[in-house]
Amino acid sequence: MSIFIDQRTRLVVQGITGRDGSFHTRQMIGYGTKVVAGMTPGKGGQLFDGVVPVFDTVGDAVRETQANTAVIYVPAAVAASAIFEAADAGILLIVCITEGIPVLDMTRVLPYLHERGARLIGPNCPGLISPDKSKVGIIPGNICRPGRVGVVSRSGTLTYEIVHQLSTQGLGQSTCVGIGGDPLIGTNFIHCLSAFQADGETDAVVMIGEIGGTDEQQAADFVQQAMTKPVVGFIAGQTAPPGRRMGHAGAIISGSSGTAAEKMAAFARAGIAVMKRPADVVPLLKERL
Amino acid sequence: MNLHEYQARDILRRQGIPVPPGEVATTAAEARAIALRLGGGRVVVKAQVHAGGRGKAGGVKLAANADEAAAHAAKILGMTIKGLPVRKVLVAPAADIASESYVGIIVDRTSQRPVLMVSAAGGIDIEEVAAKTPEKIHRLAVDPRYGLLAHQALGLALKLYRDMAQARAAADIMQRLYAAFYAVGASLAEINPLVTTRDGAVAALDAKIVIDDNELDRHPEIAALRDTSAEAPSEVTAREAGLTFIKLDGNVGCCVNGAGLAMATMDLVKYYGGEPANFLDIGGSSNPQKVVSALQIITADASVRAILFNIFGGITRCDDVANGIVQATRSLPLKLPLVIRLTGTNEELGVQILKQAGFSALTDMDEAVKQAVAQVKAA
Repeated sequence: MSIFIDQRTRLVVQGITGRDGSFHTRQMIGYGTKVVAGMTPGKGGQLFDGVVPVFDTVGDAVRETQANTAVIYVPAAVAASAIFEAADAGILLIVCITEGIPVLDMTRVLPYLHERGARLIGPNCPGLISPDKSKVGIIPGNICRPGRVGVVSRSGTLTYEIVHQLSTQGLGQSTCVGIGGDPLIGTNFIHCLSAFQADGETDAVVMIGEIGGTDEQQAADFVQQAMTKPVVGFIAGQTAPPGRRMGHAGAIISGSSGTAAEKMAAFARAGIAVMKRPADVVPLLKERL
Repeated sequence: MNLHEYQARDILRRQGIPVPPGEVATTAAEARAIALRLGGGRVVVKAQVHAGGRGKAGGVKLAANADEAAAHAAKILGMTIKGLPVRKVLVAPAADIASESYVGIIVDRTSQRPVLMVSAAGGIDIEEVAAKTPEKIHRLAVDPRYGLLAHQALGLALKLYRDMAQARAAADIMQRLYAAFYAVGASLAEINPLVTTRDGAVAALDAKIVIDDNELDRHPEIAALRDTSAEAPSEVTAREAGLTFIKLDGNVGCCVNGAGLAMATMDLVKYYGGEPANFLDIGGSSNPQKVVSALQIITADASVRAILFNIFGGITRCDDVANGIVQATRSLPLKLPLVIRLTGTNEELGVQILKQAGFSALTDMDEAVKQAVAQVKAA
């Protein structure tokens, strides 16, 4: 098993001929992901690297290749439009890597997806990887190892740091999901925790949050009520000042809410083992496995 | 991006919301002239600065006449509020106020919708109202596909006013505020206070608008409102170089790739007994020039005693960062101790480049942070 992606994932890459899209498509193919189609308007009929057929629309790509998952590498100005198009083509798992999408665009995109039953991961996320099965996005494959720990995170490189600690100390991963650093995202902690709880190949979950919003607090309630698997949690931004956006659009303490202290306390109340620093992840997991 | 009060008032006025007159002055003489144009009577002189708590800091003063307005302006224009210099004041007639309410719009992360918030307890910090008397705030999540409907706006307005004419006027203002929110790409738009005057009119006395930075490319006319003189110079330099930089009070300069890792690095500095001097994310791109700019910004802060690089290469390549460090230190010799942690994509290449230039690199994050903190304590 694993969650959201595996060997059955058939991927269409939106923006396959762009700088980031082409680089990461090669990385994904190299990792073993089934990249069945690319999409760039005006480049339909071409073959990417001589192997992946490129289409003008996602609809064409789905009809011709039975793609079931889309990944988006297009510029922020047209990213919302790319998500709408993927949903309209019947894609049920859409992963948006693009950073910088206006939040008001997302207020229109999200209801559209809900109506069609499509899941969005991101935007502004590194994507996800089920080690040795499939990778969709930009998480470096070489730091991951197959195994039984699920990882869900709002961050990119901090996730790599923690996954690296897991892999080098013998704890492989079932799936690592980067849910994104924006205030409005398609898939939140609870969606991932619930999928990991149901996944027969996941024994424990690492949850990496940060300041801003109340997603982690709600996730803590969910863990307390609905999870039997052990969860280890980290919150970045203990030293962040209030009122300042710490890089990620969603990482901002508003007034006195959304602080790291508040989130860590919610974790502790829910029985989640709280990491004080990234290096605590392996010892805390080993105590609980 | 924060707008000044006078800029927010202009946006509301263009949207058809009643806003009392008022103009911006950059000198005491201009403030006097504006006060005279407004009739020479009572005016309020307000600092235009991107910081809350202006009133408490002495940045808002009532003047009985034009001379007093000039005197207040002279004083306020020299002030620094929360580290930011005041270079402009708004001069507006002192309104004859009968009631003060609050109307605001934000995007709510939980419902994922724009939410209108109104309260009859206006004129004060809404965070304080929310904390102490949350029952005094009424909220409505708006379906963005249909916008704020007339009956919804009137329903909220009736929480503020019993008089039907005033409620209708307030409802109209709310619909226009909602339209402005989407039109300018705001992440926050508030009128505080929304007042009624002795003659019964409803008007927006003070306004605050924050623009989503991600909207600026599609709204050049809004982007042009940016007032770099009202921002911290180091943050302006960083933004122009494509970096995210936030100055903090400590002395360990941090240069990290990725926002989450940058926060975790600051936290780890604190964990090992140090104080981070800044948040700095060089982003995901592979551009040595960014590293050069980052080092310039960090070293411009006189309180920095040691510099810590924490790079986990993914899209960012370690050799690019190493090249940036070598270039930067060549053009601007470092007087401060430098601790470098490099791991991930092209790590071996990066370490080799650094070695040839006489630097060493670590691969463990905790080890690097400990060394940086120790360097500061030894300095």
